Amino acid sequence: MSSASSTPTQGTAGGTGSTTAPAGGTRRRRRGPRTWLAALPLIAFTGLCFGLPLGALLYGAVTRTDPATGATALTGEHLSRSLQGPYLGSLVGSVQLSALTALIGSVLGVLIAQAVVTSRSRALRDAVLTASGVLANFGGVPLAFAFIATVGISGVVTQLADLSALGWNLYSFTGLAVVYLYFLIPLMVLVILPALDGLRPQWREAAQNAGAGARQYWRHVGIPVLAPALLGGFVLLFGSAFAAHATAAALVGGSVPLVTLKIADALSGNVLVGQENVALALGLDMILIAGLVMAVYLPLQRRSARWLR
Amino acid sequence: MAAMTPTAREAAPEAERRPAPPATPVRARRRPRLWRGAVLGLGGAYFLVPLIASFVFTVHTPGQGVSFEAYTALLAADGFTESLLLSLGLAAATILLALLLAVPALVAVRIGSPRLRPVIEVMCMLPLVVPPIALVTGITTVLRWGPEHLSRTPLYQTFLAVQNEDFPVVLVLAYTVMALPFVYRSLDAGLRAVDVPTLVEAARNCGASRPYVMFRVILPNLRASLAGAAFLTLALVLGEFTIASLLGFRPFAVWIVSISGAHARMSVAVSLLSLVITWLLLLLLSRAGTAQTGTTGTPRTSRASRKES
Repeated sequence: MSSASSTPTQGTAGGTGSTTAPAGGTRRRRRGPRTWLAALPLIAFTGLCFGLPLGALLYGAVTRTDPATGATALTGEHLSRSLQGPYLGSLVGSVQLSALTALIGSVLGVLIAQAVVTSRSRALRDAVLTASGVLANFGGVPLAFAFIATVGISGVVTQLADLSALGWNLYSFTGLAVVYLYFLIPLMVLVILPALDGLRPQWREAAQNAGAGARQYWRHVGIPVLAPALLGGFVLLFGSAFAAHATAAALVGGSVPLVTLKIADALSGNVLVGQENVALALGLDMILIAGLVMAVYLPLQRRSARWLR
Repeated sequence: MAAMTPTAREAAPEAERRPAPPATPVRARRRPRLWRGAVLGLGGAYFLVPLIASFVFTVHTPGQGVSFEAYTALLAADGFTESLLLSLGLAAATILLALLLAVPALVAVRIGSPRLRPVIEVMCMLPLVVPPIALVTGITTVLRWGPEHLSRTPLYQTFLAVQNEDFPVVLVLAYTVMALPFVYRSLDAGLRAVDVPTLVEAARNCGASRPYVMFRVILPNLRASLAGAAFLTLALVLGEFTIASLLGFRPFAVWIVSISGAHARMSVAVSLLSLVITWLLLLLLSRAGTAQTGTTGTPRTSRASRKES
C-alpha cells in the first residue's frame, strides 16, 4: 500500500499479471517488503495492549516477590493454590456449568435451526437470524435484569405461576443455566444454520433412492457431515459460557462458585491481601482451559467449512 | 404421529420412517410440521416471555396500576446521561481504532504479504482465548507497575492520562483488543468475497491513485463487513461490564448495576431499552451495509460476521 514510487513498473507488470497468473504471483511477491508496513500498527498495538497484560499475568502467576527483601523468585505456589480448595471448586463449577449449558444449548439450537431450515420460509428465516444476531449479543448485565424481573424473587412470572412454591430459585446453578441458555441458543443457531444449509437435498434424495430410512440418513450422512460444525458450535458455546462474568456477577453475586466471580473478588480486594497473585494464577488457568477449547474449535471450523461451499 | 397422516394409510409403515418415496412429497412434509411447530413455539415462548415479563415489570406495580415512570424518570436519573455518553464515546473510539488498525493490515495481507496472513490471523484470534476477566487481571497488574516503578519518568504521566476518569483510554485499548477477533472475522469474510488483487490491478491500470483505490474501490466493497464489524464492536462496548467495573470506571453497564439496588424498575427498563437499541442498530447497520450491494439479505452482516466467531 505504501510503495507509491514503484507505480509505473507495477502498472505494466499488472497488465501482464492479469492475463498470466504466474507473472502476477512474482509481482505480488516483489511488492511484499513494502506492504507489510501497513500491518505494522496492528502488530505493534497487539503486542503492547494484549501482549503486555498477558505477559504481566504470566509473570505474576509464576513468581513471588518477597516483601522483606524485594527479591523475586520463580514459584509454582500460586498455581498450586489456584488448584486447591474453594478455587478448585470454582473452576470445577465453571466447567460444569459451561459444559451443561453448552450441551443443552447446542441441542436446542440445532433443533431450532433445523426447524427454520426445513420450513423454507424466507420471512421466518430472516426473523430468526436477526433475532439470534441480537440475542447472542444480549448477554451481560441487561440479560440478568430481564430475568430478575421475570423469574426473580418478585418477578412477574414468579408471582403469576407461584414458582417459588415449586422450589424455583433463579439465584442458583439451575437458574444461572436457564439464563445462560438465553444467549447460548441464539449463538448456536447462528453457527449451525449455515451448516444445515450445506446439507444438500440431493444427498437426502440419493440416500432415499438407495433405500435408506431417516435414521440411516442421519446416522451415515447427516451427522457425519455436520459433526465438525456441531462440535465446533459446542466448543464455542462452552467458551462463551466459561468466560461469562457480568451475567453471573449481576445475578448471583457469590452464591454459585464460578471462577470468574472468584477472580473478581480477589481483584477487588474482597479477600485477604496478597491474593492478587492467586487471581493471576486463576486467570492463567482460565486461559489454559479456553486455549484447549479453541485448539479444538479452530481445526473443526476449517473442516466444516469444506462442506459449506 | 402416524395417525396425523390419514392420506398415507396404505403407506403407513413407511411413513413411520420419515423419508417417504419422492412421489409423495406433500405427505413427507406434513409430519415435520408438527415438531417444527412445537420447537418454534417453545423457542419463541422461551425468548419472548422474559422480554414481555420485563416490560410488564417496569410498567405495572402490583396494587398501584400501570405507570411509565420508570421510563420517564430515566433522563433525569443521576448518572444516566453521563454513563451513556461515556459508553457511546468509548464505542466510537473503539470502532475507529479497531478499523484503523485492522483494515490496512488485512488489505495489505491480501495484496502484498500473503505470508504474514497466518500471523495476523493468530494475533487477531488470540483474544478469544483470553477471557475478559483474565485480561483485566493482567491490565491491573500492568497499571500497578506504573506508580511503583515509573513514578519518576515521563511514562508515568502516560499511565495517569490513560486512566483519566472522564475518558479512560485504557478501556478503549482493552475493548479494541477484545473486538479484534470479531472485526477480523467480519472483514476477512468480506475480503474473501471480493478479489482484492484483481480489483487493485484493474483500478491501477485505469490510472487510479493508491488512496483512490483504497477509498473508492476497496472500502465500498467492504461496506457490509465494515458495518458488521462496527455493530459487533458497538454491542460489545455498550454491554461491557467486567473490565470497566474492575478498573473502577462507570460506563453504562456498570451504572445499571449500581442503580439496581435503589431503582429495580429503572434498571430493568434500561436493560430493555438497551436491547431495543441494539436491535435498531443491527437493523440500521445491516441496511446501510447492504443498501449498495443489494443482493444480500438483511441479516447477512450479522450472520457472516458471527457465524465463525
